[in-house]
Amino acid sequence: MQRIGVFVCWCGSNIAATVDVEKVSQVLAQEPGVVFSTNYQYMCSQAGQEMIQQSIKEYGLTGVVVCSCSPRMHETTFRKTCEKAGINPHMVEIANIREQCSWIHKDKEVGTEKAIILGRAAIAKVHLNTPLTAGTSPVVKRALVIGGGIAGIQTALDIADAGFEVDIVEKQPTIGGKMTQIDKTFPTLDCAACILTPKMVDAAQNEKIHIYSYSEVESVKGFVGNFNVTIKKKARYVDEVKCTGCGLCTEKCPQKKVPNLFNLGLDNRRAIYIPFAQAVPKVATIDADYCTMLKSGKCGVCSKVCTAGAINYQQKDEFFEQQYGAIVVATGFNPIKLDKYDEFAYSQSPDVVTSLEFERLMNAAGPTGGTLLRPSDGEHPHTIVFVQCVGSRCDDEKGKPYCSKICCMYTAKHAMLCREKYPDTDVYVFYIDVRTPGKNFDEFYRRAVEEYGVHYIKGMVGKVVPQDGKLKVQASDLLGNRQLHIDADMVVLAAAIEPDETARPLATKLTASMDTNDFFTEAHPKLRPVESPTAGIFLSGACQGPKDIPETVAQASAAAAKVIGLLCKDNLTCNPCTAEPNELMCNGCSSCEKVCPYGAITYVDKEFRGPNRTTLIRRVAQVNPAVCQGCGACTVACPSGAMDLKGFSNQQIMAEVDAICR
Amino acid sequence: MTYSYFPGCTLKTKGKDLDRYARISATALGFELDEIPQWQCCGAVYPMSKDEIGTRLSSVRALISAKEQGRELVTLCSACHHVIKRVNGDVRNDEQIRDKVNRYLKLDDAYSGETNVLHYLEVLRDRIGFAALKEKVTNPLTGMKIGAYYGCLLLRPGKEMGFDNPENPTILEDFIRAVGADPVIYAKRNECCGGYCTIENRNYAKKQVDGIMENAKAQGAQMLITACPLCMYNLKENATDGLEVKYFTELLAQALGLKEE
Repeated sequence: MQRIGVFVCWCGSNIAATVDVEKVSQVLAQEPGVVFSTNYQYMCSQAGQEMIQQSIKEYGLTGVVVCSCSPRMHETTFRKTCEKAGINPHMVEIANIREQCSWIHKDKEVGTEKAIILGRAAIAKVHLNTPLTAGTSPVVKRALVIGGGIAGIQTALDIADAGFEVDIVEKQPTIGGKMTQIDKTFPTLDCAACILTPKMVDAAQNEKIHIYSYSEVESVKGFVGNFNVTIKKKARYVDEVKCTGCGLCTEKCPQKKVPNLFNLGLDNRRAIYIPFAQAVPKVATIDADYCTMLKSGKCGVCSKVCTAGAINYQQKDEFFEQQYGAIVVATGFNPIKLDKYDEFAYSQSPDVVTSLEFERLMNAAGPTGGTLLRPSDGEHPHTIVFVQCVGSRCDDEKGKPYCSKICCMYTAKHAMLCREKYPDTDVYVFYIDVRTPGKNFDEFYRRAVEEYGVHYIKGMVGKVVPQDGKLKVQASDLLGNRQLHIDADMVVLAAAIEPDETARPLATKLTASMDTNDFFTEAHPKLRPVESPTAGIFLSGACQGPKDIPETVAQASAAAAKVIGLLCKDNLTCNPCTAEPNELMCNGCSSCEKVCPYGAITYVDKEFRGPNRTTLIRRVAQVNPAVCQGCGACTVACPSGAMDLKGFSNQQIMAEVDAICR
Repeated sequence: MTYSYFPGCTLKTKGKDLDRYARISATALGFELDEIPQWQCCGAVYPMSKDEIGTRLSSVRALISAKEQGRELVTLCSACHHVIKRVNGDVRNDEQIRDKVNRYLKLDDAYSGETNVLHYLEVLRDRIGFAALKEKVTNPLTGMKIGAYYGCLLLRPGKEMGFDNPENPTILEDFIRAVGADPVIYAKRNECCGGYCTIENRNYAKKQVDGIMENAKAQGAQMLITACPLCMYNLKENATDGLEVKYFTELLAQALGLKEE
C-alpha cells in the first residue's frame, strides 16, 4: 500500500475563488492510502515546495498528488521537488483543478465537486505508479537546414560558427531564396544583393557548411538527436565539381524561349542556365522540360562548348543518407497565385504585375536593366496604382484570412522609389489600413506620404479594365466618400504571401504540426517561438508566419541558438514513459508496428517454454526505448492488450476512470 | 428528362424571346421544360433584411411546387434565378427563416429547401454538356465574335449562387464556343448595367451601359449575349452607340437550326 500525500493549491484566487480548497483537502484525506492532506496559497512557491518535501520525510510518503494547475505548467517543478526529497519523480501525479476546473466553472459547489473527483482519479493512479528511470541517447553533432534563403543561410552560419557541421538542402539551383529577387530593402533602402550575396559566399566558403543545391529531403526517420535523413540530389545534368560557372553554355544554347523564373517569366532564358550572376554554387543547370537534347536526343551544343567537360546528359537523381542531431525548417514563402482575382485583370494585361514582379522591373539585374518600363510596350509609365491586401485579410475562401505583414512596407518602398527615380510619375496607393509596426517603419511610410507625395487613399480598387492602352481603375475613396476613376499605365498588386508548397509534405515527413494556413506551428506561441512541438525540429523564417527580413534573421539566429544548445549535449535524457510489450500475451500480429509513427517497434523470434518441456519459437514485438516517444498509439492498436505504456498503463487509466465514475 | 420550369413575369411580356427559344431548343436537345402550375412572381428583388418574409414566400411557393412534382426547378431570367436560388439557400440554411416560412404556409409536409434550383445554362453545361451540345449544332455560328454579358445577378454572391467564378466566369464563353462562335473576353462583362437605377437616374445607367459597350467593342466584340431581361432592356435602350444584344437562347436556337429567318 502506498503512503500518499495530497497537496491542494489555491493558486491565489485562481483556484480558491471557485473551488472550496479546504473541503477538497478534507474529503481527499479520507481516500484509501492518503496519510496526509493539506492546502496552501501557492504550492509552487518555495514555501509550498518545502512543505511538500517536509511532509514526505515526516509521513514517509511514497506517492504525491498535487491538485493545482495543468501538468504542462508545473509537473516538472513538483517532480523535481519530490526527487530532492527522495521520491522517484514518476510517483508524482498532478490533478489539474485550474484549467480543467476552476477556470471553466462559475458555481463553487460544482467546481469543488469536480476538483474532488479529479483528485480521486490522481490518487487512484498513484496507487499503481511504479518508479521509472530515464535512459539516455547520444546526440549526432550535425544539423540539417531545409531551405537556403536568408533564414536558412543565417541559421547555418550561426550553427557553423559554434563549431558544428551543417548541411543546407535547397531545392533551387542556388541558395539565396526570395531575397535575391528583391531590389532594395526597407526601411533603410540598402540594396538587397549587397547585403545578401556576401552571406551566400560566407556560407559557401565555410568549412563546416555543406550546400546541397537542387536537392530535396526525401524521407526522415529517427528522433531528436538522431535523425536519419535521405536527401535527393536532383539531376542537373552538369557535373558540379567540373563546372567552372563560366556561363559559355548559357550563351550558346539554341533553346532561347524558356521563361526565366528568376525574373518571374518577365523575360526568357536558355534551357541551360545559371539563375543569376552571383548564384551559389555558380554551376549551370539544364532545364529538362525545355532541353532539346534531353527531349529528342538532338543538339548537344552545351556539351560541345563546355571546355571543362562538365555536361552529362546521362546524370540521374542521386539519393544519399545522412544522420543529424537537429533539423531546421526554413522553407519560406511565395506570393499567392492571382487567378481568383480577375477583377484586377492580372491575366488580361501584362501591365498588371505583382509586387515581386515589380521588384524585378526596378532591379538593375532585372529584365529592363533597372529602368521602369511597361511590360506591354516598353514605355515609361506615368501613372502607377498600387493595390494593397490582394488576398490578405480576406474573409472568404478566395484569399488568406491573415495579414501578410510585409506588404504595407514594401509598397511604401516601391511608391517612394518610383517617385524618387521618376518624379513625373503619379503614384497612388490603395489601402485598407497601413500597418507599420517596426523600428523606423512608420517614419518610413510617412516619408513616402509627406516627402515623396505618394497619394495614399483609404479604399479598395474594385475593377481594373484594360482599354485603349490604359488600365482604367475604378476605386473607392472611403475618407472622401467618392468613387474614383484613374487612367493608369501600370497596376501593382501586393499579393498575399503563403508558405511554400513544399512545406505541407515536408511537415508530414517530419511529423511537425502546421496550422490551417500551412504555416508551421511553434511549440508555444509566446515562450517557444522557434521550436516545433516535435522534439529536435526548429523553425526559421517565414515558414512559421509572414515575416520581413530583420525579423527573419532574428528568428534564424534564435533557431540556431536552440540547435547549438541541443548539439552541445553529448546525450539526451529519454522519456521513460515508453511502450512495453507483455511477451506472453503478444501474438506477433504486427498491428503495433504498423501504427508506430517513429518506427520504434520491431519483431524478434524468441524461445518460450511450452507444455511438457517443449520449446516454442514465437514472434513477439520489441520496443526500442530510445526511439519510442510514448505516444501510446500501439497500446490502443494491440488486439490482445499486450502493449502497455509505462506510467500510463491500461490498468492505471482504468483505475482513474473507475475513480471518476465512482 | 423533364424539369419543372419557372418562367417569371418578364418572359411572358417583354422577354418572350428568351422563353420561346429556350423551349424549342430544349426539345431539340432532349429535355422538357414543364411550366409549374399557377406560378406567381418570384419576389422580384431578394430582400436584404433577414426578417422580411413576404417576398421570400413567393419564391418558396415555386420551390414547393417543384418538390411536389419531384423535379429540379429550372429558371432562365437572371433576376428570378437569383431570388429563387438565394431564398432556397435561406430555407435550407437559416433555421429561423425555415421555421417562419413553414408557419406562414401551414404546410402538411414541411419544406426545408429540398428542391434543387438550376439555371438553364447549368442544364446545358452540367446535364447536356457543352461537348454534346456542340455535336447537335447544325448551323455553327463560325466567325462571329460574341461578348458574353453576365451582369451582376447571375453570378453573385458567388458562394450562394455556386454558378461560376464571379470575377472570371467561363460558362457563357464556353457556351459561345459550343455554338461555333468566338468568345470575346472583356473586363466589364460582369459589371452592373445600371438597370436598377434606370428610372431614378437614367444618366448614370447610360454611363454604365456606354462603358460596357465601349469596353466590349475595344476588345473586338460584334454582338453581346445575355440571360437577363433587365440587362437586355437597359443595354438596348440606354446605349448611345451600342452593339446588337441578343438572348443566349436565341443564339442557341439559331445554332441548332431552329430559328425561323
